[in-house]
Amino acid sequence: MTAARAATILLRKELRLEFRRRELLTTTIVFGLIVVVLFSFALNPTPEESRRYGPGLLWIAFLFAGSLMLNPSFAREQANDTLDALRMAPISSFAVLLGKMAANFVFLALAEVILVPAFAVLYNVSLARIAGRLILVLALGTGGIVIAGTVFSAISAHARMRELLLPLLLLPVLAPLLIAAVEATALLLTPEPSFGGSWLTILIAFDVVFFTASWLLADFLTEE
Amino acid sequence: MKGRLWLSVLAAALIIAGGYAALFIAPDERTMHQLQRVFYVHVPIWAAMFSALTIAFIADIGWLWTRKLHWDWLAVSAVEVGVVSCTAGLATGMLWGRPAWGIWWTWDAKLTSAFVLWLLYVSYLLLRGLLEDPQRRATLSAVFGIFAFLDAPLVYSANRLFRTQHPAPVIFGGPNSKLDPTMAKALVLCIIAFVVMMAVILRDRVRLERMRHELEELREESEMQTAAAEVPVRGESK
Repeated sequence: MTAARAATILLRKELRLEFRRRELLTTTIVFGLIVVVLFSFALNPTPEESRRYGPGLLWIAFLFAGSLMLNPSFAREQANDTLDALRMAPISSFAVLLGKMAANFVFLALAEVILVPAFAVLYNVSLARIAGRLILVLALGTGGIVIAGTVFSAISAHARMRELLLPLLLLPVLAPLLIAAVEATALLLTPEPSFGGSWLTILIAFDVVFFTASWLLADFLTEE
Repeated sequence: MKGRLWLSVLAAALIIAGGYAALFIAPDERTMHQLQRVFYVHVPIWAAMFSALTIAFIADIGWLWTRKLHWDWLAVSAVEVGVVSCTAGLATGMLWGRPAWGIWWTWDAKLTSAFVLWLLYVSYLLLRGLLEDPQRRATLSAVFGIFAFLDAPLVYSANRLFRTQHPAPVIFGGPNSKLDPTMAKALVLCIIAFVVMMAVILRDRVRLERMRHELEELREESEMQTAAAEVPVRGESK
């Protein structure tokens, strides 16, 4: 079986599991909304200020939501003793990782589909003109969060205090991604939206470097 | 043991020579005067940190490749030495920044990157503390160590781009544009001295890790022996 096919089957399994109960998605979305609301208390922004602070607030919300949401990705397999089944399946360990990454991408992207319009309404930011470009930035940023986050979820699943450990591992590594994603989004929210080429380069570089590294190191993550 | 003695003597000699060159031979700096001399400690500390973290990266790959535990000992030791150097680098930078810039800290590209690097490797050490099984601890922390090392250039380039677009209140104006040849020589001597000192500390730290491992093995062995003694079987004295 090719890695792509195995990953697709795993993706379907993850989606089916999630859509049966939707607990991961609902908690992530509600958590994201709470962050967005709390920020308005902390900063009390005017419309200009929300354009300035908005991108940062939005990405911080995604990063926090992601670091919480990615935790069960492997921890759930660990708790249900299904990790051994995945390990024994005649598929490459990269396929397991890839399927999980794809599923996490779908989950985080779905959360963003709710959170971004909510943010736009609550903070009076118009997104209609820049929707296409914004989606590209969101996809690249979400990709980076999910790639690093899935790998670290596999690492932290074996540790004590894993819920606390995952954000600790993930958030500093995501620092360059956060800077690039926030700046690229901020450039889109200016009165004359522009495409931050160098910021997109950093986002793409982050995704490519970490994707390649996780492909090379996948075998070590799932070994007994 | 003899190698350790000679390496320590070499490090001590280099530190004394480097200290003398930095304090007495290197010329006075035009604007900062004596304050600039922290530069002969500050820059070598960063050189030592980068060497330590590069060694850690190589050791991470070495462990994954060969499965020889001594690579893991080297990796954790190098990261610890790297974190200590990073802390010292940040501290000496702050000591210089206060009188030179008037502030302890600014979110400049280099400072911010160093801080993120510090956080990354402190997380590495925390991760190790939370993993029980030695083999698994070695493997998973090696994977994280590789990711952290790959992240470092991204952190720096993102920060540089970020800070050049938003000018910081204080521009990083260290004496780096044109260095006096005597200053350069003193600096190179100091860098060599600090890297050798780092190697001495690293060597001892690896030794400590090996002894810790041996102690652990002996403890397990003695536990097995006590267990065996309770059920005495001839010829089974492992």
